[in-house]
Amino acid sequence: MAALHRQKRLSNALFALPYLVVFAALLAFPLGWGVYLSMQKADLFGLYGFIGTNNYVRVLNDPLFWQAVRVTLLFVATTVPVLVGLGLFLALALNRRTRGSAILRGAFFSSTVLSVTIVTLIWRFVFIPGDGLLSIGFEAMGWEPIGFLSTRGWSLFSVGIATVWWCLGLPMILILAALQQIPADLYEAAALDNASRWRMFSRITIPQISGTLILVAVIQIVMQFQLFGQAQLMTNGGPNGSSRPLVLYIYRTAFENWDVGRGAAASELLFLIILAAAMLQFWVTRRANR
Amino acid sequence: MSAAAPISRDQGRILFWLAVVLSVLMLAPMAWVLLLSFTENEALSRGTEAAFGGHFTLKNYSDIAGNSGVFRWFLNSLIVAVGQTSGVLIMSSLAGYAFARLEWPGRKVIFVIVLFGLAVPEQAVIIPRHQIFTTLNLHNTYIGLMLPGMSLPFGVFLMTQFFRAIPSEIDEAALLDNASRFRIFWKVLLPLTLPAQATLGIFTFLMAWNDYWWPLISGTDKEMYTLTIGIASSQVNFAQTEGLGFLAAQAVFAAIPVLIVYIIFQRHVVTAVSGGAVK
Repeated sequence: MAALHRQKRLSNALFALPYLVVFAALLAFPLGWGVYLSMQKADLFGLYGFIGTNNYVRVLNDPLFWQAVRVTLLFVATTVPVLVGLGLFLALALNRRTRGSAILRGAFFSSTVLSVTIVTLIWRFVFIPGDGLLSIGFEAMGWEPIGFLSTRGWSLFSVGIATVWWCLGLPMILILAALQQIPADLYEAAALDNASRWRMFSRITIPQISGTLILVAVIQIVMQFQLFGQAQLMTNGGPNGSSRPLVLYIYRTAFENWDVGRGAAASELLFLIILAAAMLQFWVTRRANR
Repeated sequence: MSAAAPISRDQGRILFWLAVVLSVLMLAPMAWVLLLSFTENEALSRGTEAAFGGHFTLKNYSDIAGNSGVFRWFLNSLIVAVGQTSGVLIMSSLAGYAFARLEWPGRKVIFVIVLFGLAVPEQAVIIPRHQIFTTLNLHNTYIGLMLPGMSLPFGVFLMTQFFRAIPSEIDEAALLDNASRFRIFWKVLLPLTLPAQATLGIFTFLMAWNDYWWPLISGTDKEMYTLTIGIASSQVNFAQTEGLGFLAAQAVFAAIPVLIVYIIFQRHVVTAVSGGAVK
């Protein structure tokens, strides 16, 4: 009878069919259609013919694209180390079985469940000149107020602060889980050898969680490369594009300037970058699990 | 306590108190918005220091109750999130069963293709999706807001793994009783997957509730705004708004449902979010 169950039958595929239809229509087909679009002269209303790599050439010759690349790289290069570092710190500090640390873990993770629009609204209440919490604090100290969201340099910084605040919960939780996986007898054996605490930390703790640390970093690289809502809502990329990341560049090109072909070309370029990072993530996960 | 061995008692205490200080910084923005939401707009328009004045009011919240727009957005979000979550749970369970426990031609190849879908970021498909939905006239509809989220492979991946982990003796025994495959799926196996359903359900609900980019370009009628988009539209004229307290109350109102879900199902939410990130 078990043989019947194991029989290859086309009717068995019916169970997977509903999902496969949605997958084909809304993920696989759009992925291919996007490549096709990127080689078309296109706006929101139609296609006007094949133009080969023309869209790509236009994107790669656009100084705004390269500005967006620089902004994105700067953003990733600054937020990811902070997220991993703070995550590690919190995981070490809150890896105890006390009620207090459970509450703090809950507090640090709570912002993760909020939507990007709530996060940006909260941080605008902090950053806006005159009415913002920081402004009031600066005034009380007698300092010159700063236009955090409208000053070159500060605008991307402010987006970064809001992002770290929003995303910090995940690195903390993942690193915490890795810390709790470390077998206690490793430490006991080290204690018998009279190893110093710093030695235990650097020779046992860090090597044991290094796989997770790399995984956390790669996850954050992939996530922060896709920065969009925070920048769009807090600074709208300004001033002068100094906080405009790649995804916002794509959004502008395709959905505000209706240059769909060029937007598609830019999104394929971003896809390649993210794909490379995702492959890295897959490889790292495999290694970490081994 | 031995897991914390490299950290001495005193060091642990110092680390903990540093974390306490950090948590104050973490919670201060939330507390500030909460404070603003209980302060009168008029007082705030003369300067937000008024929030520290100690005169509290519920008026901003009663204004929300009187504002049909915000409620409509809330309802839209609820419909979209519940619909999308149900769709994902149903389709992922069926597909997970088919991939994990049934034999059919092409199964392995198709599963690998679906897994590749895990690496596709939203921006690689969002422009074509927008065109498809324009062609099908699905913008500004509930089904149009729900569908793209249902194409994500994470649920299928999770359910397939879960179905694989169930011992095969269980359904083989049922097969001896001549039960149909659907009956085995429905009566025998599905009840065993409840923990995975909870994780996937919470993960999908949060994703749908918090989604920003797709509803931004698809649900563009004010009537079809989700709460996320509505809150975004409220903050566009931030500098000119007379109602800072009202705006703050909207932020709190929008945050409350997810925070309640988070507080009640904290462990599930943490598992779901970290599972979704690691894959």
